[in-house]
Parts: sequence; C-alpha cells; structure tokens
Amino acid sequence: MTGQPAYTTSEIMTVAAARLLKNGAVCFVGIGLPSTAANLARLTHAPDIVLIYESGPIGAKPPVLPLSIGDGNLAETADTVVSTPEIFRYWLQGGRVDVGFLGAAQIDRFANINTTVIGDYKKPAIRLPGAGGAPEIASCAREVVLVLKQSARAFVKKLDFVTSVGHLDGGNARQRLGLPGEGPVAVVTDLCVMEPDRATKELTVTQLHPGVAREQVSKATGWEIRFAGTVQETPAPTSIELETLRDLERRTKLAHGNLVVS
Amino acid sequence: MAEITSLREAVATLVRDGDTVAMEGFTHLIPFAAGHEVIRQGRKNLTLVRMTPDVIYDQLIGAGCAKKLIFSWGGNPGVGSLHRLRDAVEHDWPAPLDIQEHGHGDLSNAYVAGAAKLPFAVIRAYAGSDLPKHNDKIKFIQCPFTGETLAAVPAIEPDVTVIHAQKADRKGNVLLWGILGVQKEAVLAAKKAIVTVEEIVDDLSAWPNACILPGWTLSAVCSVPGGAFPSYAHGYYDRDNRFYQAWDAISRERDSFQPWIKAHILNTDNFEGFRRVLAESTPAGVPQ
Repeated sequence: MTGQPAYTTSEIMTVAAARLLKNGAVCFVGIGLPSTAANLARLTHAPDIVLIYESGPIGAKPPVLPLSIGDGNLAETADTVVSTPEIFRYWLQGGRVDVGFLGAAQIDRFANINTTVIGDYKKPAIRLPGAGGAPEIASCAREVVLVLKQSARAFVKKLDFVTSVGHLDGGNARQRLGLPGEGPVAVVTDLCVMEPDRATKELTVTQLHPGVAREQVSKATGWEIRFAGTVQETPAPTSIELETLRDLERRTKLAHGNLVVS
Repeated sequence: MAEITSLREAVATLVRDGDTVAMEGFTHLIPFAAGHEVIRQGRKNLTLVRMTPDVIYDQLIGAGCAKKLIFSWGGNPGVGSLHRLRDAVEHDWPAPLDIQEHGHGDLSNAYVAGAAKLPFAVIRAYAGSDLPKHNDKIKFIQCPFTGETLAAVPAIEPDVTVIHAQKADRKGNVLLWGILGVQKEAVLAAKKAIVTVEEIVDDLSAWPNACILPGWTLSAVCSVPGGAFPSYAHGYYDRDNRFYQAWDAISRERDSFQPWIKAHILNTDNFEGFRRVLAESTPAGVPQ
C-alpha cells in the first residue's frame, strides 16, 4: 500500500460495518446500507457468509447490489429461494440467523428503532415506511448490527415510536421480556462505532473513524453520548476494501441504469 | 374452477365495492395490470391488504379506491416515500385512510393462518414494541404448554386475492417461480382469486415440487403479457427501475398525480392502452 487512501465518510461507514461480519455467519440483511456492507464483507474477508433477504433468497450472492429487497439477481444466485412466511417462520424464528443487519430512521440511546412515524401516530408529521421485517429480526436474530448515518435528528433522546426493540430501557430488559436474541451489539455510523455498555446497555462510542473529533459525535447525537474508557481509532479502509466497494458500486450503477438510490 | 377470461371481465364480476382485496407480489410479479383495472372500473371503499404496498397501492389509494390499508411496509423500494399513501395518512386526501399496521413475519403468517382456515397466527415478536398499542389486532397469548408469552394476529381472509404469475395451462393451472413472496398463501386464504399470467401454454412442463396453484383453487385466469410491469417477471422481463424513480415526481403532488392517472389509466381501455400512452409520454419509450 502506498500511503493513506482517500475515502468518503460513507465508505468508511460501510467498511467498518462489513468488518463486523464474520466469515460463515448467517446474516439477515436489510436493503440499502446493510446490504452494501454485507456484500462487501462477502467479496472481501467473508466469502462464505450466508446472506438471507426477507423476500426469500437464502445464500444470495448478487453480482450487483439489489435496488429492492426482491431483485431477480438475489433469486438467481441464492442456494435456495423459499416463501416469505417460511423465511420468517423456519429460518429467523427458528433461530438460524446469527446477525440481523439493519438500517433505521431513528434510534435512541438503547438502540431501540423507529421506522414508523415522526410525530403523533394518528396525525404524523412524517409517515415512514413502517416495520417491514425488523420487529421479528430485532427479536429473534442472535445479534443485531445497525448501520445508519449519524445526526441529531436520527439519534434522538426519545423515539416517537418504538417499532423494533433494541435494549428497551437498558440493563437486562430483553431477558426480562424473554426476547430470544441478544439485541444490538453495535451501531456503525459515518462518524464512529458504538457498542452497548455491558451492564447498562447504553450506547457508548468505542471507535472513532480517523479524523473525527469527539465533539462532532456529541453534536450529532440527541442525548449526551458517552465514550468508552479507551476509544480506538477505526483502521482506515485498506486499498482492497476500497477498490472492492467502488467496483461493486460502479457495477451496480451500470446495471441499474445509473439510478441514484436516495 | 378457474375461468380463462379477460381481465376486464374478471374484475367486473369478482371485485365488489367494499371488498377486502389482497394484491400480492414481493417486488417480483406485482399485479399492476389488475390494479389498474380496479382503478379503471372505479371500485370504492376497498380494504386493501398487502405486505409491501408500493407503487400499485399508491395508485389505488391516490385514485380513491381504498378506505383501509392493512400492511407491513409502505414505500417505493429503492426510491423513497409513497407520496399518495402519505397524503392520505397525513392529510386525509383524497379520503381518510384507516391503517392497520403489522410486521412482515406477522402478516405473512396471518396469510398462512388464512390458508389453513385457522383463526390466528402465532409469532414470537412485539415484546416491547409500540405496534400492539396502535393495532388492536395484535394480541399477546400464553402458550398452553410452556407458558411463554407469544403474539397472535388474526388470519387474513381476503374476499379476493389478485396475483400475477408466469404461466398457466389451458385448464387454468398456474405456475410461478423465482421470488414467491406470499402469493400461494394469499390465494389459498381468499374466497376468490384472480391470476394474471404472462402466457397461457399447452403444457406447464413443471418439475414435481414447483409452485403450482391448481386451476380449481382459482376463480379467473387472465392472459396479460407484461402485466407485472414496471415490476418484473422472472424469465420474461426485468424491473423497470426508471419507472419507480419517475413515480416519485409523478406522485409527489396532487396536481401531477391526477392528470397522470386520468391519461394513463382512467382514459385507457386496458393495460395495452396504458403501455401505449406511457410510451408516448416517456421520451425514452417503455423499456422491454
């Protein structure tokens, strides 16, 4: 490698999220950022990762990123394609998913997720798409990793609506409610990586991306964000990670007619 | 027993005002042509069920066909919001829309319960979620064997389910493949079912475990080539991502939506007419 490669904040977020996925893990993937990171992992350090999409493909190996959760290339490259009720019943609820990999519109300090409404439920200021498969994934996957861009609008003190549960009000709340999975183990943003504190389960910054100051993270968080005793610096993306990600995104743009995914 | 008939006839005889109608297809095989025909024939007060109400339900809601929506994710996949759905929920336009909101695991298994003629589906979910507070159809029950608390949701049993598939034979047996979503369950849960297909062939040449809906489980089978456009039909044509992108601008304002729906759907005779008008109004023409 020759020096530090230049990269965007979005690229380091994707790379940092991809690194959390172990080779061989069975990963239930949401569309968008999680899907990009999961496929980057598959194309770099985790060739045997099993990607499950809620539309039914198990073991999908899409040559370009799917634009929707049910793109044909997911079915064509999967080990098998099952029906949607089966995906949720046998595979997710059946305890066969190691990592639920999700995005979110808003989260709170215990990584609870809102994808339903901003404002009042009956008269919302903004109506969001809703739950999708996230409530079941957040309950049943062995672990959950969240990927989303950080801003004070997205990282809020109090959610208007809890669509899918993280660590509820913290501590051992998940165990008390009998939720089978461990819940969120990491939140990856364009600024940092957060992990729940072992005892309180409150999100704590454990890694800052290179060049990011603590104040930036604090400013982009709607509550008083805590930092771990030792905060690591996220290793910069390697040239292989960057080239693979850029290639994937280039191929994707070509395949989808240069559509920009908002 | 399936009658092989025109889509116009099928909708006219099988879909009534006030019905509960499920149009399914998980990104793949979305029954756009049938949805358009429901709009064209001016059906009203429908309770629409669909896991992923996307552009087709945005069109139905904006056109004033719906009084209630039962769903688990409402968006324009890969693009953003559904503006007509949001306008109905946020501003009661063109009419107030009741919503009954679920998660995918829940709603897909509510169809399974409907197909099995069981009163409800059981899932392990919703502990701690706000969804049950706003949807009184989600209840918690105790397992009589282990004592575990589980969520229960009532079976979905539509008056009519509408799907699109790849092929039918001349007896009305239907074959579909690729991403299957919840179509088989939605058909078997319904009192009546309409299936549009890419083509009607002499022999389905299906392998033993293929997803087949026997003709005797269906009410009508209609040949509508391209009938899933702008979604895709595996083995026939790709998704037209440009249309989904274009829909964002068309649907954003009432003033842009209304002339579009009039010109493309209300003032056309059928799906072929829609494709023709769309090709004329789209400089690049209609792909595929």
